[in-house]
Amino acid sequence: MNRCRPILFWLFALLQLVSHALAEPNPNASSNASPSPKQGYDYQSADVQSLQDDVFSNPGMLWVDEGRELFDQAAGANDQSCRDCHNQLSGVAVHYPQINSRIDKLVSLTGQVQICRETHQKAAPIAYESRTALALTAYLFHLSRGEPFQPVPESLHPDLLQGRDYYHQRKGQLNLSCAQCHEQNVGQYLRGDLVSQGQSTGYPIYRLEWQALGSLHRRFRACDIGVRAEPFGLGSDAYTRLELYLRSRSQPLPISAPAVRK
Amino acid sequence: MSLKVRISLPENAATNDTVEVKTLVSHPMESGFRLDTMGEVMPRNILRTLVVTYRGEKVFETIFGPGIAANPYVAFFLRATEPGEVRFVWEDQNGEVTEIVRHLAVI
Amino acid sequence: MSKLNLKRRGLLIAGVSGWLLQCLPIRLNAEDSSLISSFYGDQSIEPSGVVLKTPSLAENGNSVSLEVEAESPMTAMDYVTEIRLFAPQNPDPELAVFRFGPGAGLARVSTRVRFANSQTLTAVATMNDGRLYSGSSKTIITLAACVEPLL
Repeated sequence: MNRCRPILFWLFALLQLVSHALAEPNPNASSNASPSPKQGYDYQSADVQSLQDDVFSNPGMLWVDEGRELFDQAAGANDQSCRDCHNQLSGVAVHYPQINSRIDKLVSLTGQVQICRETHQKAAPIAYESRTALALTAYLFHLSRGEPFQPVPESLHPDLLQGRDYYHQRKGQLNLSCAQCHEQNVGQYLRGDLVSQGQSTGYPIYRLEWQALGSLHRRFRACDIGVRAEPFGLGSDAYTRLELYLRSRSQPLPISAPAVRK
Repeated sequence: MSLKVRISLPENAATNDTVEVKTLVSHPMESGFRLDTMGEVMPRNILRTLVVTYRGEKVFETIFGPGIAANPYVAFFLRATEPGEVRFVWEDQNGEVTEIVRHLAVI
Repeated sequence: MSKLNLKRRGLLIAGVSGWLLQCLPIRLNAEDSSLISSFYGDQSIEPSGVVLKTPSLAENGNSVSLEVEAESPMTAMDYVTEIRLFAPQNPDPELAVFRFGPGAGLARVSTRVRFANSQTLTAVATMNDGRLYSGSSKTIITLAACVEPLL
């Protein structure tokens, strides 16, 4: 027995090494998520589901309506509307987050709207969670309803891996990572909440808790505060990279913005 | 102040049909009971009334309390008699009014 | 041994009767009655003729779907003038008042309300001749987990 142990130990170590070497991170695969990706919709009660399904009375649609109006409204020193440059922007949301080449940084769709507003329309800057930013974001995501996010291109892999690391990193006083709830405990109850997969395809969402429409980054903050971690800022690099990771993880779920969640 | 409003009224109705009318209006309906992070009461800011008239006659009215959820959804019915105007008037606690007029075609 | 059996039997009886009690039609309790009588005085309210629907379990008290209908032909001679909604456990128990003209066709309203707590809501309908009818519905509210501080 004593003679076997060192051999067994080294055999085991070798096996671990080999398996790690072979397991190359494939960020675009949803291998880490449950076998069948499911939207948060599937974890809501019937009442909340019917709220989302009713296109008329889905409260998030109020923001989509406003976004549609804002898209056509002239603003800023150039007195231009979004439509003056962008004839139509359907199909744009599925490519975000992406790199804004001017500032060479990863930005979410809301971040890009902020940049457009200030740089191109020469209008007053708008806050990430402002009514205007949310309305335009809701409108643009709504245009891509039914389509899945585009797979993350190679060039964004460094950001993607950082996002993935954040997802798996334990944080906060409760020392929990995103994965521990949204992968290991999907379908279990956390107090009165049924834990979902943490998919992002419904965002921006009308959250009953907020009694308003809110962004994905706002939800990240709520989660971080929930585990008693110091949250990052709205539009921060950390959250934008996390958003990128969620985008890759969501394949092949379709965008369903504006979703309704409790 | 013009609130963002969604109204669902059938395109047309048969005479004497009872049709459902749905309204959704953007308003925070701050109840006046919530405390902010500093422990201060957030002041009440709610809609007071919704009055709906059809061909000049009042068919439906809502008097809102703070217990109505934010972005109030109210659906009600009216009996379609003749083509005419359906007028929706929301008034908030400060007396500010939002008025929308829709036409109901009756065949 | 016999003592243990008695305890078990007692528990069984308590459990079954508790379950049976739940099946009985909902009656207004003393507190709710005083709230409602403050509006309608001594006038008797017939506990029927008004159908109030809310989900039995709601995930969030901020927005719960509600539908109320007072049965009536809604003619010029016989119609519902008003339906008043009460939520006794809310800080302001008067949820809303709905008023109708006979041109409404149906005294049915759908809306979304706030629940401060799990509770039984009551709706009281007034007819054009002053008769009163009521209906109730109970909803249990569950508590959310990951909540952020306001603002």
